[in-house]
Amino acid sequence: GVIECPGPDKDIRRFDGNLRLLPPFIDNDVCPLTIKNTILQSCYLRNTEWACGVAVYTGKKGKWIKLVWWAHYLGKCYSNETKLGMTRGIPEPKLTAVDAMIDKLTGAIFVFQIVVVIVLGTAGNVWKDTEARKQWYVLYPQEFPWYELLVIPLRFELLCSIMIPISIKVSLDLVKSLYAKFIDWDYEMIDPETDTPSHATNTAISEDLAQVEYILTDKTGTLTENRMIFRRCCIGGIFYGNETGDALKDVGLLNAITSGSPDVIRFLTVMAVCNTVIPAKSKAGAILYKAQSQDEEALVHAAAQLHMVLVNKNASILEIKFNGSVLQYEILETLEFTSDRKRMSVVVKDCHSGNISLLSKGADEAILPYAHAGQQTRTFVEAVEQYSQLGLRTLCLAWREVEEDEYQEWSLMFKEASSTLIDREWRIAEVCQRLEHDLKVLGVTAIEDRLQDGVPETIETLRKAGINFWMLTGDKQNTAIQIALSCNFISPEPKGQLLSIDGKTEDEVCRSLERVLLTMRITTSEPKDVAFVVDGWALEIALKHYRKAFTELAILSRTAICCRVTPSQKAQLVELLKSCDYRTLAIGDGGNDVRMIQKADIGVGISGREGLQAARAADYSIGKFRFLKRLILVHGRYSYNRTAFLSQYSFYKSLLICFIQIFFSFISGLSGTSLFNSVSLMAYNVFYTSIPVLVSTIDKDLSEGTVMQHPQILFYCQAGRLLNPSTFAGWFGRPLFHGREAIVAFVISIHVYAYEKSEMEEVSMVALSGCIWLQAFVVALETNSFTVFQHLAIWGNLVAFYIINWIFSAIPSSGMYTIMFRLCSQPSYWITMFLIVAAGMGPIVALKYFRYTYRASKINILQQAERMGGPILSLGTIEPQPRAIEKDVAPLSITQPRSRSPVYEPLLSDSPNTRRSFGSGTPFDFFQSPSRLSSIYSRNCKDN
Amino acid sequence: VVEIVDQYDNECIPKDFRDNKVEFIKNKLTNKSCTRTFTVPKQMKSPIFIYYQLENFYQNHRRYVKSRSDKQLQSKKNAAHIRECKPMGETDNKDPIIPCGLIAWSLFNDTYGFSVKGKDLKVNKRDIAWGSDKNYKFGADVFPKNFQVGDVGGKSLNSSIPLSEQEDLIVWMRTAALSTFRKLYGKIEDDLQANDVITVVIENNYNTYDFKGTKSLVLSTTSWIGGKNDFLGVTFITIGGICLFLAITFILLYVIKP
Repeated sequence: GVIECPGPDKDIRRFDGNLRLLPPFIDNDVCPLTIKNTILQSCYLRNTEWACGVAVYTGKKGKWIKLVWWAHYLGKCYSNETKLGMTRGIPEPKLTAVDAMIDKLTGAIFVFQIVVVIVLGTAGNVWKDTEARKQWYVLYPQEFPWYELLVIPLRFELLCSIMIPISIKVSLDLVKSLYAKFIDWDYEMIDPETDTPSHATNTAISEDLAQVEYILTDKTGTLTENRMIFRRCCIGGIFYGNETGDALKDVGLLNAITSGSPDVIRFLTVMAVCNTVIPAKSKAGAILYKAQSQDEEALVHAAAQLHMVLVNKNASILEIKFNGSVLQYEILETLEFTSDRKRMSVVVKDCHSGNISLLSKGADEAILPYAHAGQQTRTFVEAVEQYSQLGLRTLCLAWREVEEDEYQEWSLMFKEASSTLIDREWRIAEVCQRLEHDLKVLGVTAIEDRLQDGVPETIETLRKAGINFWMLTGDKQNTAIQIALSCNFISPEPKGQLLSIDGKTEDEVCRSLERVLLTMRITTSEPKDVAFVVDGWALEIALKHYRKAFTELAILSRTAICCRVTPSQKAQLVELLKSCDYRTLAIGDGGNDVRMIQKADIGVGISGREGLQAARAADYSIGKFRFLKRLILVHGRYSYNRTAFLSQYSFYKSLLICFIQIFFSFISGLSGTSLFNSVSLMAYNVFYTSIPVLVSTIDKDLSEGTVMQHPQILFYCQAGRLLNPSTFAGWFGRPLFHGREAIVAFVISIHVYAYEKSEMEEVSMVALSGCIWLQAFVVALETNSFTVFQHLAIWGNLVAFYIINWIFSAIPSSGMYTIMFRLCSQPSYWITMFLIVAAGMGPIVALKYFRYTYRASKINILQQAERMGGPILSLGTIEPQPRAIEKDVAPLSITQPRSRSPVYEPLLSDSPNTRRSFGSGTPFDFFQSPSRLSSIYSRNCKDN
Repeated sequence: VVEIVDQYDNECIPKDFRDNKVEFIKNKLTNKSCTRTFTVPKQMKSPIFIYYQLENFYQNHRRYVKSRSDKQLQSKKNAAHIRECKPMGETDNKDPIIPCGLIAWSLFNDTYGFSVKGKDLKVNKRDIAWGSDKNYKFGADVFPKNFQVGDVGGKSLNSSIPLSEQEDLIVWMRTAALSTFRKLYGKIEDDLQANDVITVVIENNYNTYDFKGTKSLVLSTTSWIGGKNDFLGVTFITIGGICLFLAITFILLYVIKP
């Protein structure tokens, strides 16, 4: 046979190929191969012992191996269910904002270095010509080649080369991998249900977590548990499950089944048949269902509980047990679900009667328009409306009988379409359309997807931290809004306002966009939570034609809900925000979030029930959405603080030593003499100054609890307040402008060691030890939480400095033989050290004290409070939080779903403070008329 | 600590040559002797250290500071190690100079003779260098060779005395970090009484006139903290003052605006 397939491309979720069998097997000449027949590289086989196949796309590095495999069974191509592990795609290298800043600063320092070199080099040459020529003992030759002019600048270049700390890259990498390990080791981020620890795949971007400004989140499986439960249904206009909240226990429905109502039976048949679920018998005899889609699994499960049990699926023969009798269906064709079509259908043949029928299920807007002319779809529309207001996911089920010859005719077209190599997906969709019409709508199913634990709290906290949330979901608008309400995403009236952008045509979208934008601009001054809702269609138009307006809207709005969006639109939105220079974090769990996750500055994957696709593509994988809070507030913030300190400190210490060298050159005739010997210089960078700061990786400026309680302080990280050119100037100016450390250390050492004691090696060691002492105190001053490690590193390092130098001083062949012993026995040495530390640190301590007491930042106040051990005073007094009232309103949004379905219980039990705010006397307020609330919401949405 | 500083570079040039000091110092025939007198302000207990102080002399110049061969100084067998010594490594005949390099070549060569009340003061020139230098850095088997041949810089060395005994050289070769520095010349092991008049006969040989350097003779006693240095005291007082000021400011601030 021959396999025809297009050249390798980036899309690993598609494979459009054909298998053409050669003459001996003419019976089935062309057999389409799709991604279903494809195994990607490094996948695990499940449910089967073996698979035979042929390798296609054997790329150079083995990166894009797709293995096409098939199993011939009953002469038909049959695809076994394999778990597809998504390979990671081509990850774009991600550079954190901090890294970018460091690069910029490095550039700035480099320029500074060049300037210093040029200035000093020129001055050196001038001095040489005017002064040094007269110094007979230097013996400058009278005649010299022109390149001698370059000698002094080059000398200075050598001296200044330490200005850019090369060690910074190494220590940052080291430290970053430590941050990642901290995340991996965090006990509090292990999912208790599945024991999945959090994992940092990308070790380089932990700091960015603290700088996130926008979080784009998926809904299903991310905010919700993605554990689908069939709750309600509406069959032929009759609602089941409204009273009990569980259709499976609805007496009316059970009665209808026993009495054999044809509509109900049909409905259950569609539930059981129209899917891609694979039933598997476990050893105990129970039937397990393996499904790619959680919804399908829920439906099949529900059908099984309603006595319509999907027993076996053997290639194309499907067995269903209903009330003791076995029904067999032959699946003729499966019209697959795609995000464009939003429905799937199967063409089945009843093995008993031979009738061919088409069974469909899909989103309401994908099914109801194709209902046959005579049918009233109003009840279904209402049902869908009602269910989605409850936050339930709805699917419409429909069927139709197909004549034998109509099927035959269509089947040929379908086959042709499936074997095309170009635009296969589109062609198939077109062909499917031809069969999916005149449907008899049977009913609507409603599946519940519970919110994960702690989601509202997490969103609340992170929003207080100044992070904007966008929800991007493939679900219906109403469902999305309900979920958004129940997880504090948006506030209900009158606190919040929901604006929606809709319209089917460009003009409509444009008008509604402008209207929303106008409202947005007006309300920005008011303390109102304004969110906008946009659906996939309008979004497409908005992104295409009104990008500018939409971007402005995106900036103005703190919250957005995008419904019915495709994976590529998710990625587009991420890109839109990124283009406005916002730091974005995308969180999702499914394969449809992979693109968004890869595009975002930080991708977080939830290793949930939809497999590991997202988690593998992501930079961080966590078990539950609520860990995001800890990931950002604790890990992100600490990482950022530590990196900010480490990098600036690295620059600072290099500049310190370099300035001393430069100052020394002024008194050494601008000839470029190095005050320090090479061993000391190297040890200074590698040892003395890098070890103490490495332990800053365990420094915590505030305890984790405080950070979680006061997420507002993340604000300090977001806009890069700890590492930006101005704070850097502070560190940069320390050795330079304050005249402190470098000048102090230098001036003091050369003055104390003047005249008869002015010996080069000695002065150099005095200046060096002065620097080391200063470093120790600077680090000690900047350290917020002392642990044994810190003490060990800071003071141990100081001791190590002396030990190392004593060892060098004991080696006769080293340049500094006996120097350190001599110095340590001189009282003036120790006095000098004291002087340097006092003069260098005094002003810094004073300034720090002043700032701490009179210009305290929020962090300082919290630190103080922490130290006092007393109750931490609310930050509300410092910066009045406009969202303070929100807390009182928030429970309302929770009550609504609660009053209808008790499954929302965990939400309330997790938020004791919101409960408290109501006081003990009014617990029944929770149950206040939900219908009124929902009517407010729906009106709210419609009004806009 | 009692300290007597006498700058003599200008005074020791005969008046005829004041306009052309360089010529005077370079002329081998001129009489370079010169007599200076000064009185002891306070009693000076022995040991009294004699230093010569040079100003505007860049012993820390890059070209200068590295122009030495520690290997060669250390051992006889390393006589040919003159690579670092450029441009004063070998004679015109390509013979290695021992000790080589600019530092050794420019050895200070003024000499002082002291007398009080017509009686010569004995100047002890032993143990003025670091013990570690004498024992290790400068070999007992290394003798000066080809030194100050041709282009003469500073002092010549007695080629029969090993380098480890040439303490003037050892002191000189501990290069100074600053352009103003003092080097130990010797020690007077007698006490000097107040108002004693010391007469010094100086052989003014060393050329500092080329680059407008100065030469001074320093007699000083020493305390536990070393020689006279006002800097330490001044800085301590300054820093103490600043700290006091800050403390008071903060106290005031605390009182006014807690």
